[in-house]
Amino acid sequence: MTQSTTLLDPTSEKTGGIRKPKAPPPSLDGLTVGFLDISKPQGDLFLDRLETLFGERQIKVKRFAKPTSAKQAPEEVIAAIAENCDVVVEALAD
Amino acid sequence: MNLPDDGLVLLVKQDCETCRMIAPLAADMAKRGIVQAIYSQDNPSFPEGADVRDDRDLETSFGLDTQIVPMLVRREGGRETGRAEGWHRGEWQNLTGINDLGQDLPDQRPGCGSLSVSPGMAEELQARFGETGLNAREVPVDFPEDTMEQMFDRGWTDGLPVVPPTPARVLRMLQGTRRKADEVVGPIPPSGEICTVEKAAINAVMAGCRPEYFPVVLAALDAAMDPDFAWQGLMSTTMGAGVCVVVNGPIARRIGMNHQHGSLGHGNRANATIARALQLLVINLGGALPGGTDRSTHGHPGKFGMAFAEDETDDAWQPLAQARGIAPGKSAVTVFGFCGTSINNTETVRDAETLTDSLSMCLNALYHPQHAEGGIAGMLVLSGEYWRIYREAGWDRDRIEKSLLKQTHRTASGVEAGETSYATEGDLVPKFGPGDLVLVRTGSNAGLFSTIIHGWGSGPRGSQPVTREIVP
Repeated sequence: MTQSTTLLDPTSEKTGGIRKPKAPPPSLDGLTVGFLDISKPQGDLFLDRLETLFGERQIKVKRFAKPTSAKQAPEEVIAAIAENCDVVVEALAD
Repeated sequence: MNLPDDGLVLLVKQDCETCRMIAPLAADMAKRGIVQAIYSQDNPSFPEGADVRDDRDLETSFGLDTQIVPMLVRREGGRETGRAEGWHRGEWQNLTGINDLGQDLPDQRPGCGSLSVSPGMAEELQARFGETGLNAREVPVDFPEDTMEQMFDRGWTDGLPVVPPTPARVLRMLQGTRRKADEVVGPIPPSGEICTVEKAAINAVMAGCRPEYFPVVLAALDAAMDPDFAWQGLMSTTMGAGVCVVVNGPIARRIGMNHQHGSLGHGNRANATIARALQLLVINLGGALPGGTDRSTHGHPGKFGMAFAEDETDDAWQPLAQARGIAPGKSAVTVFGFCGTSINNTETVRDAETLTDSLSMCLNALYHPQHAEGGIAGMLVLSGEYWRIYREAGWDRDRIEKSLLKQTHRTASGVEAGETSYATEGDLVPKFGPGDLVLVRTGSNAGLFSTIIHGWGSGPRGSQPVTREIVP
């Protein structure tokens, strides 16, 4: 009565790490904020309004968009955001 | 395996007529020192009167690659230099160098199959005593731990029990394909961890697949990884999408897939397990759990996995695979992202035109009756009786599809604002974009019904059906 069974691991065998979110900057003064529109309906309304409000505070904004919400953002979009922006606002809407 | 380096070794099993015939001779050979060791596969007291080594675990039989018993092996310096399988007096005399050996026995008798090659045993022995070539981490479950509960506790299941993926079962699954275990299949969404053929085999075992289903699983995986299918989006959407797998061609018959009564439902192992293997991969490699990266608002029962075969028994119907470019006689899978099913019930319909009107009304309700050309996909599943109405009217797949596409146009005034900004109120606008309506035929011949399998967002901005030929 000492039988043991061996199973093969069906997972990636990686231990998921937990990364803390980057601390928000104390101020947006002098920073560039990237707006990523994921192309969900009406996401642009939210970002348009936000851009207006940011503009009133002289905060620099750059707009980006995914071609479709159904698929991952293209590498070049991610790279452009990483290169040009300090923080990002991602819009999800319907 | 403790084999003598030099001399003769004999392997027998009592449950073999030829072994029983040579048993007295074997005991005599042992007594006279002609044979150095006798191994018995099933009874260490057989042959009677000899000092027999117990090989009930079949380690020696496996190590000597024994196919037939009795087997007499000559070894010199730790290496095999000759063997005789079954009883053949001349061969045994050559191996022993004794010219009058076995004079009272017939010239020859065929042996019996070794227990080490009985069905299912080869992989068990390979896993226990050989090199498996497998790379997955081994997880021991020690008695009295419950293996099934362990798998639940580790989060390896979809909520239903799974088959324990032992090395022997995984080796057996890998026999179902010519592809190498370490071949990379691709990233599994949502997390994008890389799937190898071996990991696919492990999850196929857990899903309950038989090895002969494995080429279908691999083809479905290849199809789902096509960027056009947008598997990442399907697995993380709030719409709760799953993967529907349609199987065409000879393999569907060979592995016994159901294309008749209840083919979209339960009761057939291949139908039930092929797509489940994909969904388990999404859980175990992709990390998708409801509320985690699977953001389904509701989900649906088809997310456990849905696969069926198309009814190809009537030559007048062009199978889906052929309609999508696969040559006749070839086997193929088509993956279709779906969000549940509904039934169309029009039992009074008797002619093709009325049936088309009826089906079009139901198809127009997909997503929402006011929704049009907004990336809507649907798979219409024709039953035998509905197909009979079309066939008797002389309609084929092409005519049915074109008629349904035409009938599902509606005036722009009935369409939700924002869906068709180009259209003015009187314009006719289509419900479906190009390729968004998929027709299949499956189910029994009794019942004036069709099922509509609801798609997800379709077209280049969403998920498009993908077809792949199945190769061994």
